[in-house]
Order: sequence, then C-alpha cells, then structure tokens
Amino acid sequence: MIEFEAPKPIAQQNFVLKTVAENMMRPVSRYFDEHEHEIPWDYINFMHMAMKATGAGSLAPKDTPKKDAEGKERPRIGYQMLAFMLEMLSWGDVGIYLCTPGGGLGAAAVQANGTPEQQAKFLTRFGEEKPAFGAMAMTESQAGSDTSAIRATAVLDKENNQWVLNGEKIFVTGGQKSLEEGNGLVVVWATIDPTAGRAGMRPFVVEAGSPGIKVSKMEHKMGIRASDTASLVLQDCRVPFENILGSPEVAQEKTTTGFKGAMATFDATRPLIGATAVGVARATLELLKELLAQQGVTIRYGLPRQKLTSIERDIIDMEVMLRSAWLLVIKAVWMADNRKSNVMEASMSKVRGGDVVTKITQRAVEIMGPMGYSRDLLLEKWFRDAKISDIYEGTGQINRLIVARCILGYTGRDLR
Amino acid sequence: MYSFEPTEEQKMLIDTVARYASINLRPASHDADEENQIPINLIKKGWELGVLQASTPETYGGFGEHSSVTGVLAAEEMAYGDLAGTLSVMVPGLFAIPILLAGSEEQKNEYLPSIVEGDWSPYTAALIEPHYDYDPNELKTTAMIDGENVLISGEKSYVPFAKEAKTMIVYASLNGQTQGFIIPNGLEGIQIGERQKMLGINALPVYPVKLDGVRLRTGNRLGGVNGHEFSPILASLWLATAAMALGVSKAALEYAINYAKDRDVFGIKVAQKQSIAFMMAEMATEIEAIRVLTWEAAWMLDSCKDEAYKEAYLAYIGAADMAMMVTDRAVQILGGHGYIREHPVEKWMREGRSFAILSGLAII
Repeated sequence: MIEFEAPKPIAQQNFVLKTVAENMMRPVSRYFDEHEHEIPWDYINFMHMAMKATGAGSLAPKDTPKKDAEGKERPRIGYQMLAFMLEMLSWGDVGIYLCTPGGGLGAAAVQANGTPEQQAKFLTRFGEEKPAFGAMAMTESQAGSDTSAIRATAVLDKENNQWVLNGEKIFVTGGQKSLEEGNGLVVVWATIDPTAGRAGMRPFVVEAGSPGIKVSKMEHKMGIRASDTASLVLQDCRVPFENILGSPEVAQEKTTTGFKGAMATFDATRPLIGATAVGVARATLELLKELLAQQGVTIRYGLPRQKLTSIERDIIDMEVMLRSAWLLVIKAVWMADNRKSNVMEASMSKVRGGDVVTKITQRAVEIMGPMGYSRDLLLEKWFRDAKISDIYEGTGQINRLIVARCILGYTGRDLR
Repeated sequence: MYSFEPTEEQKMLIDTVARYASINLRPASHDADEENQIPINLIKKGWELGVLQASTPETYGGFGEHSSVTGVLAAEEMAYGDLAGTLSVMVPGLFAIPILLAGSEEQKNEYLPSIVEGDWSPYTAALIEPHYDYDPNELKTTAMIDGENVLISGEKSYVPFAKEAKTMIVYASLNGQTQGFIIPNGLEGIQIGERQKMLGINALPVYPVKLDGVRLRTGNRLGGVNGHEFSPILASLWLATAAMALGVSKAALEYAINYAKDRDVFGIKVAQKQSIAFMMAEMATEIEAIRVLTWEAAWMLDSCKDEAYKEAYLAYIGAADMAMMVTDRAVQILGGHGYIREHPVEKWMREGRSFAILSGLAII
C-alpha cells in the first residue's frame, strides 16, 4: 500500500538530531565557515559518543534486519534512517556534518566490497573509545568523472606479501582527519594492471599510520569549509595483501567488476547526497519564509498562478522543488532498504537534489536583495555550500548520463 | 511506514485501465482530435472498467471505498491513452464525486445509485469562468439566498457535455464562499451556448453556460441547506489534473524515447547524442518527482492530514510545469516531425498547456 508516514524510530531520531542541529551546529556555523581547516571537535566528540552508544560504527546499515520481541523480522529502514539523519544534520550545517566521525565513504566501500573478515578488521575502529574517520580517495588531477583514467598503481610485492601503492589523489573529503586525527582509514583506488582499464581498478584500505602516505595539501573552497578536502601523496606506500577489497586477479575476459564495486557504493550513497542537498535547501527556504514574514509578506497557497505575486510564485515553485526532491530521495532509499535495484532512482534523486538546492539558494539570496548578499545572514553561506551537491559523488551530468542509459536501455558503449 | 508499492487490488485496476488506454483509447486518439468527437462506444467501454464504481461504497451502488490514491493511479494510466477520452469517461464523476465527498445523505441516495449502477450518462459540473484571473475560491458567479430559494447568476465556461447532461453541479460564490448547487438542466434562466473550440482536447465537447437568476430550493445546495466545505473538492480536482498531466507526460516521453532510438543521425541514433539523452533524463526525473509528490498529496487527502490541501496544490502546480516542459521537449526531440500532426506529440503539447488552466474538468 502506498504510504508516506515516517516510521516511529525515524521520528524519534529526528527529534534528537534537530536538537543537535540547533544547538551544536547553527551557533558555530559562521565561525567554522570563517576559520577554514579548524576542526569542530565539540560536535565530533558529541556525535562519536552518541553513535557509539547506539552501536553504530560505520554509518551504513547492517545487512541483517532487526527482529522484534517475537523473533519476526522488522522491515528494513536503515537507509531511510540515514537519509533523515543526513537531511537534518545538513539542515544544521552541511560542512560540519561532513566532519561526522565514523567511516563515511571509506567504510561504505568496505561494506560494499569487503569480505566479512575485512569488515570486522576495518570497521570496528569506528566504535572504539576515540573518534576515527574514513575517506575515499578516487579522483586524480587527470581523472575526475572519468575514473578509467586513474593512474595510481598497486604492485604486489610477493616476497613480503604486500601491495605497494604509488600515485597522487586529490579532493579527498575528510582525508586529513582520516589519516592524521585518530585511527582512521582511506580507501584508495588504484590499478593492478594499467593495460586493463577499468577491469584493473581495485580499492585498497590504507590505514592511518601506514608508511608512504601523507597529506600534501588542504584545499581552500567556495563552501563546506568546515570539511577538509585533502590531496594525498602515496610514495611506495605499503599495505598488507589482505587490504585489497575484491579479487586480486584481473579476469581474462574484459570485465569491470572492480569498477562496478565503486559504482555499487555510489548507488547507496547518491540518494544520501540528495538528502544533504535537501537539508540545505530546507534550511534556506525556512529562513527565507521567516524573513519575509517579518516583512509582512505572507504566501497565499491555492491561488491560480495569474493572481500570485512574483515572490509568492517563487516560493511556491521552491516548495514544489524541495518536496518532490525529498520524496525522490525517500523512494531511492526505500528501494535500497527493500533490496530493489535503485540505480536509476538513486541518480534521479542526486540530479534533482543538486538542481533544487542550487536553484533555491540562488533565488533566496536574490529575493532578500542586499540582505541576502550580506554575511550577517547564513543565506550567502548556504548558497556557497549548496553548489558542491551538484558536483561531488557524480556531477549532475554524470548522473543524467546514468538516468539516460537506464531509460533508453543503453550501455556505456551506446551512450558515451 | 513508507511504501511506494500499490496494493494488489490497485495493481489489478491499473492493469485493466492500462489495457484499455493502449488497446482502445490510443488508436482512436488521433482521429478523435481531428474530428472533434470520441465514439460513444469507446466512452461506454471505459465506463465499464468501473473506476468510479470502485470508489463508491456499496450503500450507494458501488463496490469499494473512495480513495484518492487509487484515483490518481487510475487517472494517470487512462490519460496515457488519451486525455479527451479520459475526461469523457470520467465526466459523471465530476457530478458524483462531489456528492460523495460533500453531499447530504439525501443527495447521495437520490443521485449516486442511478449514476453508478447505470450505463455511462452525462452528468457534469460547471466551475471554470471566462476571466483571465479565474479563481475557484473567488468565483464571479453568485448565489443569493432568498427565503426557501437560492438565486444563481453568472457565466461559466468549458462545461463538459453541458448540452447533453441531465443534471449538473454549478459552483457559485455565496457570501464569498464557493458552494455547489445541484441544478437540473433546462431550468428557467439557464442558457447553454455554442460548443467552445480550444487549443487542444478537441474531442471533448465543452460549452459556456449562462445563469440568469436561476431559482432553486435551498435543499439543492450541495450538502443540504447548510452547505459544505469546498477545499476537499478543490484538492481532488487538483489531484485529478496532476494525475492526468502525469499520464500525458509519460506518453510523450515514451514516444520521444522510441523515436530517438530509431532515428539515425550522423551515423548513430539521435538518442545517442548527449544533448538529446540529457533532455530525456531530465524529463524522466521531472515525471518521477511530480509522481511521488502527487501520490503523497493523495495519501494525505485519504488520511485526512492537515497539509493535504497545500500539498495537493503543490502537486498541481508542479504537474502543470512538468507537463508543459515534457511535452514541449517531446516535440523538440522529434524536430520537424514533431510539428506534423501525423505524430501525436504536437497534440500532447497542446494538451500540455491545459493543466495549468483547466483544473475543473475532472475530479478523482
């Protein structure tokens, strides 16, 4: 039956997270925007304690469903919980949210591609005494959306049973915290056979403290300044053989299993980026309506377009965008929870999320005029924070490509 | 819980409607538009699918409960076949559903069983008015109470099947509130004009209706002498419009996809060009986004949520934009061929503009 009632655990979680967002994020939002590369430890320590108490190590939901008192399986809502959580924390501050301890994208990759032993070995650290961080290192200066151009290499040193990694990664979200603040890890994508293209691509877990990896640069960004974006240099970086996620063999026939591993991770995380976009958009629209109400501007719902003022029309359009984008996110994560293939829906929710948050924040600054452009309000910050949602974890264009292939029944070769 | 899965019953109904839409409605769509007429047997066949009957309780001759969710699912599926055909099949609902939602017990018993149990027969409603700033909540048609009587005066536009209809609901402003009045056709003071010609939906017969001091008993007021709330009716009109906009948009996207995958250009298919593929990806995303918004609004209406009215309005506004965007692009993707009436996309584009304007032609 078609239903739109948020499950009880989600409503409870939301109540708590709203308090966190209002009391631990909003008051320091401006400070961390203006003090780039300072780390919001109060928020991090609080979240680590809270998440440890609930047993959440990596953010990714567990495979086995919870059971009720009678031993019957409860419906899976893990990804739905996560979408609500990210939306609310991003409503608080998306830059600070990106500093949330736990595995992040790195842990998601381990969860999607690792064996049970690897999951145990690499993920338990996120539930330990001190907060730890995880990151994913994929992008290189010559390889953005086109990941087949990745040049970082992994060579097996058979004598020592170790992989030797070389290369340089850029745009690693949380890379600095993962390697230098606590016992974290970075999942590094490298090729084990440069002639094999995507078929040779493998993810490797590089733990904090591994020899040969270091942070070479921290980017200065337009927005999400509380979150570090690092460049990593790998120079004869050695990791144990068992740190490879997936098969160490390059299959004879041309397969892209390794690459598909990365993409499977994205199917799960793309709607979550959509959720963060919706959080920023909602914060913006709520503040905008509040500011307009203070000026005596109310929005009349239910009128034909011809009778609306320009501002009313803008606000109503923004509400349509925001609500529909959020429902696309919900549908995509509901599918993930119910083990339905959601490639298309995940990309749609990412496309829509990125679109609406940029449009809403840009229009909000415009509508508030000189006040919108001022740093007295957070609108200009959200305008800057918003843009990244249309870029990271697959640009709007890459996700349009995925949606197009799905609706056309095309492969990557048919539609390049 | 969240769920995006229709019930088994809903799936069966959607399947039946979908078969009718593609096997019966679609093949007749082009000629119906050219000839300004839909074969009556086609309308009757659509009526026999039992969409309205399934949302009317047994007490009043039906076999189900009213559900906005079922309504939007069925309306989308039927409009995918043909919009004018859908509006024709659904026109008795334009009269029956407001009575079901807001009528008095007496009115329900008087009208519903004969409509629901009988063959398709034209009952209708007059809401739209011929002004640029027509607003269902601020009608220029007025009702005045005069003792036991009500006097109604004003001008209505685009009233489907007004000429043939036995009875209609006329909406008028009573002390600033929109109220429905049940009016038998042919009453003194009612004048039905010449059939109106429109930009699209040509196969649907619509007429202007003039009311010049039409005198009724106050008992003919929808809901009885004390009247009714209008907002649930308006929300259901909006949702019907949104659902049909989805159906037409889905048809246009599908046609554009098939064309683009077939048409060669510079040695590959048109669909293999990113500029075209991206247009279609955006169309598909837009449709999916507005569909879930429409479903949520319908679910809210069924669950009597406070925000249902606002959400239905948002769905309607979003759907109007979606339909215009999607149908315009479908024509664009076919290029010159899109402009030729041999292909259905230009018809869908003409219909695509209607949704922003003509909420009031169908209700679910």
